[in-house]
Amino acid sequence: MSLLAVHELVAHYGDFQALFGVDVTVAQGECVALIGSNGAGKSTLLRSIAGLIPARAENVVFDGTPIGAETAPAIARRGIALVPEGRRLFASLSVEENLRMGTFSRRPGPWTLARVYDLFPVLRDKRATPALALSGGQQQMAAIGRALMANPRLLMCDEISLGLAPAVAKDVYAALRRVRADGLATIIVEQDIELARTMSDRAYCFTHGRVTLTGRSAELTRPQISAAYFGVK
Amino acid sequence: MNAMDTVVQGALLGGLYALFAMGLAVIYGVMRQVNIAHGDFIVLGAYSAFVVVAATGLSPFVVAPLTALVFAAFGYALQRTIINRTLGNAILPPLVVTYGLSIIIQNVLLQVFSADARSIQIGALGTASVALGAHLAVGWFPLIVFGTALAVAALLEFVFNRTSLGMAFRAVADDPEIAQVMGLRDGQLFAYATAISLAVVALAGVFMGIKFTFAPADGPNFLIYSFEAVVIGGLGSFWGTFAGAIILGVAQAIGFALNPGWGILAGHLVFLAVLVYRPTGLFARSAQ
Ligand SMILES: Nc1ncnc2c1ncn2[C@@H]1O[C@H](COP(=O)(O)OP(=O)(O)OP(=O)(O)O)[C@@H](O)[C@H]1O
Ligand SMILES: [Mg+2]
Repeated sequence: MSLLAVHELVAHYGDFQALFGVDVTVAQGECVALIGSNGAGKSTLLRSIAGLIPARAENVVFDGTPIGAETAPAIARRGIALVPEGRRLFASLSVEENLRMGTFSRRPGPWTLARVYDLFPVLRDKRATPALALSGGQQQMAAIGRALMANPRLLMCDEISLGLAPAVAKDVYAALRRVRADGLATIIVEQDIELARTMSDRAYCFTHGRVTLTGRSAELTRPQISAAYFGVK
Repeated sequence: MNAMDTVVQGALLGGLYALFAMGLAVIYGVMRQVNIAHGDFIVLGAYSAFVVVAATGLSPFVVAPLTALVFAAFGYALQRTIINRTLGNAILPPLVVTYGLSIIIQNVLLQVFSADARSIQIGALGTASVALGAHLAVGWFPLIVFGTALAVAALLEFVFNRTSLGMAFRAVADDPEIAQVMGLRDGQLFAYATAISLAVVALAGVFMGIKFTFAPADGPNFLIYSFEAVVIGGLGSFWGTFAGAIILGVAQAIGFALNPGWGILAGHLVFLAVLVYRPTGLFARSAQ
């Protein structure tokens, strides 16, 4: 049984429909990549799963429980953590306070401040500085650390390489690989298709709010992906 | 009246304004919202204490913390049952609802107590003073108010900067959406914030009722003083709000010394000057 099953999910922003019946599953320990051009609906899917956009209960099933209608804090407490697009650290909190924010979902587990600092040593040195005084890469590390502090069962990372120098993005993904070493189920949204493919077990390609291609990442071919990307048949 | 005396009396008045303003600053700091009924809650606090003191004969200094407790519970319930329902992306609904509360409080007070001015008596302490040098004497009561305001500012700073609750308050103010994704229930947090605000408001109300006479329609003025102190001080720090209130008190005292009709006006002018030249306030901690 999958850890997460999204079924026929629709999402609206006011009158604008952003998702048109999306089906996505994530198995225990699996890494799933969401790809697709700007505005395809990838972030909207993650926000719906996180409870920030209302859905019907049966549209999102987590570990056998329909959670689609639950509030964002309730979903967080079940162990779904989001590293949001644009990082969105809390501006008036220090680095360490930002990390500690992850503990409000009250989930015990292996991730502690010490372990996050071992994963990202630079954050230990900067723990007392305001979060927004960090460099882009460090902010991204803090956003990932904050999500890990919730000891999630499913980690959702929305464009964690966005705006980072390639070398820094590589470091961030290397850290994510280490995080996943003990089998944490993960969804990544990633613009760099090669990166997305090498990181993930399976991938879904989104176009205009629909899934247009899905398969094992290693088996998806470039032409298939471009066709799905641009809606070319 | 010499200049030194004017400044000292103004600063002590500012201590009372600081209590007024910190309640407003708590709500603004957490919800980014202004409670239009804030001043009316101050007046309600004064009437509540007035009634209890009259009925029980207890000292107002005993009644004040009791009133604060009752107001905290009331604030929590009010936020959960009414104000939380008005929160959303639109900024108008909570303003309209708290404006409605303001009107309701004023009219209920008018019905129950008439428009006659009341005051809370503290006996000899009301006129006792202590000499600071040859030409300067300050009243014990204003000193108590000032000391209470300092203690409240220190306590709020502690809660907001050193506790998990305070961290949650700052986070939900920064980014309510992501705060929820972290597992925080914003409705609950807002209710705690209103509880804290109304506890401070109750203290402010009792002290106001001792210092001044009060009538049902006095609230809006107190809202304005509170708002002015918060703006002068700048957002993000209760010490800033405290300092803003002292500046407002001193400005009013100086204006009043120049001409008894100019007191309030001088306060407004300082407020406007800060808005024009330093719109983020004089002691803003963050540039938000
Ligand atoms: N808050 C919003 N209000 C209205 N429309 C929105 C909002 N957020 C996103 N949209 C629209 O919904 C659609 C899907 O957006 P979404 O952010 O999910 O795309 P995305 O696949 O994450 O794109 P990107 O790669 O640019 O992050 C887009 O057309 C976008 O314009
Ligand atoms: Mg996106």
